[in-house]
Amino acid sequence: MLESIGYAIAGGALIGLSASILLLTGGHIAGISGVFGGILQKPLVTFDKDRWRPAFFLGLLAGGLILRIIAPEVVSAPNSRGMLAVIIAGLLVGFGTRLGNGCTSGHGVCGITRFSRRSLMATLIFMATGFITATLMGVLS
Amino acid sequence: MTPKTLLSAFVSGLIFALGLGLSRMTDANTVLAFLDLSGDWNPALAFVMVGAIAVHLPFYRMIRKRERPLLAERFHIPTTNIIDKKLVLGAAIFGVGWGLGGYCPGPALVSLVSFDGATPLFVAAMATGMIAQNFMRKSPQRGAQIEDQDETA
Repeated sequence: MLESIGYAIAGGALIGLSASILLLTGGHIAGISGVFGGILQKPLVTFDKDRWRPAFFLGLLAGGLILRIIAPEVVSAPNSRGMLAVIIAGLLVGFGTRLGNGCTSGHGVCGITRFSRRSLMATLIFMATGFITATLMGVLS
Repeated sequence: MTPKTLLSAFVSGLIFALGLGLSRMTDANTVLAFLDLSGDWNPALAFVMVGAIAVHLPFYRMIRKRERPLLAERFHIPTTNIIDKKLVLGAAIFGVGWGLGGYCPGPALVSLVSFDGATPLFVAAMATGMIAQNFMRKSPQRGAQIEDQDETA
């Protein structure tokens, strides 16, 4: 368990570094749902004025490719869930993060760092409903 | 937007992805096991946020002392501090999806390249959910669009 805590802290540190680089250079917040949602919702504006979003997105994909090559075991889909559950989960994550203006990165990391009350509240709520849902699924299955 | 800005955004995305991988956030089954308190619970993933904030906080303080970012005119940082129904409901819905699928947006996008059956399906559904939310926000029945969601969180 200590080993996995070490990996979690080290991985988190890289995420914090990434958010810092994005803020220092272009002045933007590393909120993934905002990056992806922005590209989807305003593709023309994004590729004209907000090209940092597709650039960041490509970086995510490139990082995923590197992981796939050097450590494929860390990239794994939710095998324990059926296809229907995966589809419903995706719809809820997409809809909820846009309605609530952020996800684990934007609210959980960047927002809490700014001591934003809004982000702290959002984080407490999505952590709570996340724990409740996964625990219920675990008990029922 | 200069090539330097784009390159730094690309590098930032790449480091973000490696961080998610190193911490195992990209393993949806590990995430589901973390969120499931009924089984053999491993609290390790809670430390991802601890590590991220521990690094970002001092940098954030230093960066905000600057008048402007290195490569741009101004900072794009949300100033809203209102806790409204949309925030509460949105976060609650997101959490249910996270607990159901084990993916939040970052890990799902990073895992896209694995071409594992469930991942592209999740991302397609997530994109659909985002577009649906945008559509509802823009529909006239819901009143004029007054909020700018560009600056997420």
